[in-house]
Amino acid sequence: MSAASNDDRIVRPEAEIKLETRGLNMYYGQTLALKDVAVAIPSRHITALIGPSGCGKSSFLRCLNRMNDEIQGTRIEGEVLLDGHSVYDNRIDLAQLRRQVGMVFQQPNPFPMSIYDNVAYGPRLHGQRERAELDGIVEASIRGAALWDEVKDKLRASALDLSGGQQQRLCIARVLAVEPEVVLMDEPCSALDPTATFRIEELMLELMERYTIVIVTHNMYQASRVSQYTGFFLMGELVEYGPTPGLFENPKDPRTDDYVRGRFG
Amino acid sequence: MGMPQIAGKTGTGGRRLGEWLIERGLQICGLFAIVFVLLIFAFLLRDALPVLREAGVSDLLRGERWSPTADPPQFGLLPLLLGSLYVTVGALLLAVPLGVACAIFVAEVAPPRVREVLKPVVELLAAIPSVVFGFLGLVLIGPWIADRLNLPIGQFAALGSLILAFMAMPTIVSVAEDAIRAVPRAYRENSLALGATHWQTIVRVVVPAARSGVIAGVLLGLGRAIGETMTVLMVTGNAAVIPHGLAGFLRPVRTMTATIAAEMGETAYQTPHYHALFAIGVLLFIITFLINTVADIAVRRQPGVKR
Amino acid sequence: MIGARATGARLTQSFAFLLLWLAAAAVVVPILGIIGLMVVWGAKALTWDLLTAATGGLLPAIVGTAYLALLTALLAAPVGIGAAVYLSEYARPGPLVRLVRLAIVNLAGVPSVVYGLFGLALFVMLLGFGRSLLAGACTLALLVLPLVITASEEALRQVPPGLRQASLALGATRWQTVRRVVLPNSLPGIITGLILSIGRAAGETAPILFTAAFYSLSDPYPKSPLDEVLALPYQLFVMATEAPDVAEGTKWATALVLLAVVLFLNLGAIVVRARLRRGQRW
Repeated sequence: MSAASNDDRIVRPEAEIKLETRGLNMYYGQTLALKDVAVAIPSRHITALIGPSGCGKSSFLRCLNRMNDEIQGTRIEGEVLLDGHSVYDNRIDLAQLRRQVGMVFQQPNPFPMSIYDNVAYGPRLHGQRERAELDGIVEASIRGAALWDEVKDKLRASALDLSGGQQQRLCIARVLAVEPEVVLMDEPCSALDPTATFRIEELMLELMERYTIVIVTHNMYQASRVSQYTGFFLMGELVEYGPTPGLFENPKDPRTDDYVRGRFG
Repeated sequence: MGMPQIAGKTGTGGRRLGEWLIERGLQICGLFAIVFVLLIFAFLLRDALPVLREAGVSDLLRGERWSPTADPPQFGLLPLLLGSLYVTVGALLLAVPLGVACAIFVAEVAPPRVREVLKPVVELLAAIPSVVFGFLGLVLIGPWIADRLNLPIGQFAALGSLILAFMAMPTIVSVAEDAIRAVPRAYRENSLALGATHWQTIVRVVVPAARSGVIAGVLLGLGRAIGETMTVLMVTGNAAVIPHGLAGFLRPVRTMTATIAAEMGETAYQTPHYHALFAIGVLLFIITFLINTVADIAVRRQPGVKR
Repeated sequence: MIGARATGARLTQSFAFLLLWLAAAAVVVPILGIIGLMVVWGAKALTWDLLTAATGGLLPAIVGTAYLALLTALLAAPVGIGAAVYLSEYARPGPLVRLVRLAIVNLAGVPSVVYGLFGLALFVMLLGFGRSLLAGACTLALLVLPLVITASEEALRQVPPGLRQASLALGATRWQTVRRVVLPNSLPGIITGLILSIGRAAGETAPILFTAAFYSLSDPYPKSPLDEVLALPYQLFVMATEAPDVAEGTKWATALVLLAVVLFLNLGAIVVRARLRRGQRW
């Protein structure tokens, strides 16, 4: 593939760019898990990453907030930039990075604490102790996750008593409480039923106004429903990236075409 | 709340240092285990060295008389070694078949309600203090057996073996049971699907697959038996003589552990006797170290056991 | 043909299973029988006087044992829990960690009388504590250390990894995650381990033979950690083997009290663990 076609398949959005990678290679021990990934993620949009299982999209996501650092034997080459600054700089405060780039996981994982304490966890970590302030942050975050009406009377109840969909929205509220700029979501709906999924997709579209969202999903229909930009990963390589309608209706790469038509994956 | 910039602010350095210190502190706690093992060996060796140098290791090991109060004092370890050997081997002869059988029973055969009774009883057995076992042997079981068998005295090697067997059993049962449980269900299902009975499956497939874990359990039980002090002190008679043949089981003996326990109290600090007792300690430490290390390797060979 | 072989195999199985049942019975019946005997004979001789008298009674020994066991747990807990946290949350696989684990296995297997020797050489002599509550507790703390580490590590591992991930992703440091999420949720298991180690320390004799215990003291209650102390296991030992004029019943009563204390602690630990496990949800 010549350089010209490469540029064709990976589009650089016109909008302001929030996150960007250049020549990103990621190794699990000796295995190369991500090959030369170069992508620019626009601010205040929803970007979806699709591809078959094991193609590296989750690994890529975890490079953006350096959660891969927690896994033994991982190593990266290349650059990951947030607002133009390298995220892998040695001087970076990891905790700070993860406040700015938050993450929601596939399996809802509320702490075994009250709903209030779950959401207040992040702010308390970073030193916020004032009761009134915490109350305000907690309420704002839970409202932001479209959960307030359902839990406002039982903030002291255990978070584990909530349904799966509610727990996942609580996890989103927990992330919002640290006031991130980016919210990464790793298959946030795959453990949820269709109704809960729908509500979270609605929530994503609301959140888009204030946050940059990158979502990994194995559900192409979800990607086409909520995202403005989509990237297709295959075997560790970012095959194609561009505006969502274009990628689904008129893919530039035959592999993308095969995948979105359901011929594999 | 305005968001601070990414690149390091002061406060980052402080927190990093704090984290680093905490990790070091916890690591030191972990390293304490290694330090203590080395320290124990070092202190034992230090206080054993005088007698090791003077009498020579092989002379000590082969010496046939243990008479610390004689003139000149004799520090032959052979009677004590053989005493420990007799008692331990006897214990294993009883504990291994019973223990492995129990492990198989609990893991494969027992109905759930029986299991719920058996497991607590075995745990109970493990919790009983050794001095209580010794008491029971000395005051109740020993005299009873001596009466039946017309023995001159109610303290002898086999009594120690009998009681030690019950003390080592919980270890064997629990480790072997873990190993048997860890055998993948697929093995059993395949065997049964080929027409084997449950028992045939146990004997031909499950237990062989759990071999390493069972051996580890036996080794740990062995270590427990060799290291046991109070019980053997109270029931094996404390005669530091070399036991002979099978009859030796029905006569009093002295184990290494009992010797230390019995004599240290009256021994003056830094006398040859004192050093000799520490030499026994070194020997015990080395023996149990070897047994435990081998057992650990065996457990690791067992796929699936969460130890 | 097939029928005959099948019947043979079934017969073997029935026989084998019968043997297994007998083996189980051979283990259970003697234990329960003997314990029953102990309870009966011990209870007969166990008067309130015996229990509570300061001289000639068991109270000083019970108190001494309590002091020993509690001080032991106090000494073993920080190092033991710290080591467990290190192994579970921080340690990277490698030769050092393998050595640590090997050391723990070996510490667990060292004969109790060897601990006594070590305690004598280090705490009593070198550090100059003399035969005292402190020396005994230090020695016992080493003895129970592997138990505390193993129980605590298991408790820590029960906490699902997802919770740690969530905390780290919110910007918590590793220690913050341990302190705020992992430790609070593994406390029941850790406490169980500590109770078990208290039970273990209460029943041990050999480690305190030359480091702490006395049979009778003019002043039976220790006033400071450097004082000598009476302990139940040692009382029983001396009564059974040396002391000339102790009534038979008293010996059984002492044995019963010791057994009761140890079993009560072990049972307590099991109950605590079961209760808290039921209430524990992720």
